[in-house]
Amino acid sequence: MNHSSDIPAPAAPFLSLSGVGKTYPGVVALDGLSLDIRPGEVIGLVGENGAGKSTLMKILGGVVSPDRGTITLDGVEHTSLTVESSIASGIAFVHQELNLFENLDVAANIYLGREPLKAGPLKLVDRDRLREMVKPLLKRVGAHFSADTPVAALSLAEQQMVEIAKALSINARLVIFDEPTSSLPLAETERLLSIVASLKADGISVIFISHRLHEVERVADRVVVLRDGALVGTLAKKDIGHDAMVKLMIGRVLAARTAKPQRKAGAVALRVSGVRTAAYPGRPVDLDIRYGEILGLAGLVGSGRTELARVLFGIDRSYGGRVLQDGREVAIGSARAAVARGIFLVPEDRKRNGILLDLPIAQNITLADLSSLASRFMVSAERETLAAEKQRGRLGIKAPSVSTRTGTLSGGNQQKVVLAKWLSMNPKVMIFDEPTRGIDIGAKNEIYGLMRTLADAGVAILMISSDMEEVIGVSDRIAVMHEGQIAGILEDDAFDQESVLLLAVGRHVR
Amino acid sequence: MTRKDLGLLLLILVVGVVVAIINPRFLLPINLANTSNLIGLFGILSLGQAFVIITGGIELSVGSLVALLGVLFIDFVAVQNMNWMVALPVILLLGAVIGAIHGWLITRLNLQPFVVTLCGLLIYRGAARFYTADGTAGFAFGQNFPDLEFLTAGRTYGIPNTFIALVIIGAVMWVVMHRSVFGRYLYAIGKNEEAARYSGIRTSRMIMSAYIICGLLTALSAVYFAMYTRSISPASHGQFYELYAIAAAVLGGFSLRGGEGSIVGVLLGTVLLQELQNLVNLLGIPSSLNFAVMGGVILLGVLIDQQWHAIRAQRRLVSAARQVETRAPAEGKVKVAAEGE
Repeated sequence: MNHSSDIPAPAAPFLSLSGVGKTYPGVVALDGLSLDIRPGEVIGLVGENGAGKSTLMKILGGVVSPDRGTITLDGVEHTSLTVESSIASGIAFVHQELNLFENLDVAANIYLGREPLKAGPLKLVDRDRLREMVKPLLKRVGAHFSADTPVAALSLAEQQMVEIAKALSINARLVIFDEPTSSLPLAETERLLSIVASLKADGISVIFISHRLHEVERVADRVVVLRDGALVGTLAKKDIGHDAMVKLMIGRVLAARTAKPQRKAGAVALRVSGVRTAAYPGRPVDLDIRYGEILGLAGLVGSGRTELARVLFGIDRSYGGRVLQDGREVAIGSARAAVARGIFLVPEDRKRNGILLDLPIAQNITLADLSSLASRFMVSAERETLAAEKQRGRLGIKAPSVSTRTGTLSGGNQQKVVLAKWLSMNPKVMIFDEPTRGIDIGAKNEIYGLMRTLADAGVAILMISSDMEEVIGVSDRIAVMHEGQIAGILEDDAFDQESVLLLAVGRHVR
Repeated sequence: MTRKDLGLLLLILVVGVVVAIINPRFLLPINLANTSNLIGLFGILSLGQAFVIITGGIELSVGSLVALLGVLFIDFVAVQNMNWMVALPVILLLGAVIGAIHGWLITRLNLQPFVVTLCGLLIYRGAARFYTADGTAGFAFGQNFPDLEFLTAGRTYGIPNTFIALVIIGAVMWVVMHRSVFGRYLYAIGKNEEAARYSGIRTSRMIMSAYIICGLLTALSAVYFAMYTRSISPASHGQFYELYAIAAAVLGGFSLRGGEGSIVGVLLGTVLLQELQNLVNLLGIPSSLNFAVMGGVILLGVLIDQQWHAIRAQRRLVSAARQVETRAPAEGKVKVAAEGE
């Protein structure tokens, strides 16, 4: 090829994005991003939660149409891709959550919807040919299981191999890995990284999205850093380093904390001592939560924070260790036991665990405390409405009335209903799991205000959050979890994003 | 009464008027008394089923249980010469225990309600047939129990006592279902069991209680049915009764996914089913078509209800969209963003 340009280009980009942007009402998800992807190149894509990584992926997958910019595929310009054109041009995904059918075997999963058929009107699946087609794919990803193994019998890493084989089966030219290692143990992570290397050797491009920066460091030829929907930096192979990435990811200086605590933290309300959860049965957790403080619990998704919350709230059993409330050991065998002790959870998945969307607001608010509103087991509609109205006023739940169906409310108001349920019941310890997920800014600030009011009233608060700004802005202390263990606890004067992030990815601070 | 209940009531009245016009015998006291007796018998059964369905479960063993407990009751009273005032509580207790076992298997051992109660259906039918060696259980000639017979097959002011019993039990169950803390918990569990658990509700215990109530009411109706037929051939007695009960609940607006339905609804459903049975008899429709008529009407009813819901949901969406457009732009934007995730 005759290149007149003096920049050495190893190969022409097979995919290039130019000024691609996507705005949702109120949020700029992606702000004019330009990126070239060359054959056989491994691009590390990093950024905090909400930086725009998933929007970019959805655009490449054809699920979301960008509202500006162009996507050039093999020299042809498009304004957007469709799912079909994305697949046809060889873009494949390996998602964090595996999308396999556990009840089917490996071969069936790989060619689902594209099964080779036997001749004839019955459209029977040609099982022999299917197996023959799958064999070379499995060999290529280094799998040692056979095509007719049921997926349920495979380990997580092996299931991921199936996903990769599936990606290869569409003659992929670009494989996008989304947090592929977040659920893998160390040895299996190695295996995955070597598969990435072999894809590269075959001339297949890879986009590797991960919070585990040391893995990105190892596999990437180039690292692209996103922040707030914009590309804030590209690191060439020689410049890729842990600290460089973290610096670019953080960038901005965070706003000052929302409200100062009115009182000093008091005695230990809940002492977690050597508690182990089902997710990391070999890793004991030690943690003290004090009255009057907001203890932030930071960490990567999958680091075991939600599992800890579930144990403390009695949903899951703990595998060893003790929980002490006010210095006395307590057994929390059910959510009911936790509630009776004044330990309340505002769960992560609001719609599944927090509220009943079909019930009116009043019934949601009073659900946990119904017996105290009842006389002789009968619910008093009058007292119920009164109690619900009181909470509605206190929390500023925006709804026509307390008999409004909860499902019609906005996310922020739904979350307030969850809070209202507990606030009438004299909380001692409140656990918030991602309290502002999917909630707009205004409601977010209201919820922070409520949390601070509660803490000032002496309630011990544990706030699990993946939102860095939230963790730093709201917490009085921050505990950081890494792979099932508390990696470090940061005191008020030692907060900064870099320390939190470093602890979260498994590095020690100072 | 909800709008759905009113619709059902209207349907019952319209069908009644039409049948009465075609065949005036529909309104004869003897016919009304017979029909209301059957309403009483099946109504008690359906009430029990309603408690299970509201939790999102199902109880398929009801018909077989009616046969087994009926056989036992007649045997206790007619053969073992047990006082019926002793036999009745024993039968009720048995029903409750069986309900508790079902509930225990479902909540503690995580078996599916369909599977547990399907096995119950087979087991109890077999047990009933084995108990009488496939013979017929019945009272000997001349055996009389005036008090028992009055309560179970007698009439007060021309109204069958079974119907009166249904009204009383229905009223009690209405309070339990619609006014008590327990009832509220059942609805919550049926709608979202996990959220109920996260609110500190003892979901397993509540679900078990629902099966116990079902077992109790089934046992009571088993006694009523036994005294109604007075002789029981265990191979066929009570066959398909679980389906009558489920059908009544579905007609009455219950969702088999749980969390939806009312006591008034299931009672009206029972009334409509018996009215249809009566209609088949009175209008000279071949009785072999009995089930087909029932099935057709239920299908039609559920279909209309479903369409009605879909239309209403659609209308709600449209009006919500309009509201967002007219509201202050900032708030509207935020709302859309929250829902877009």
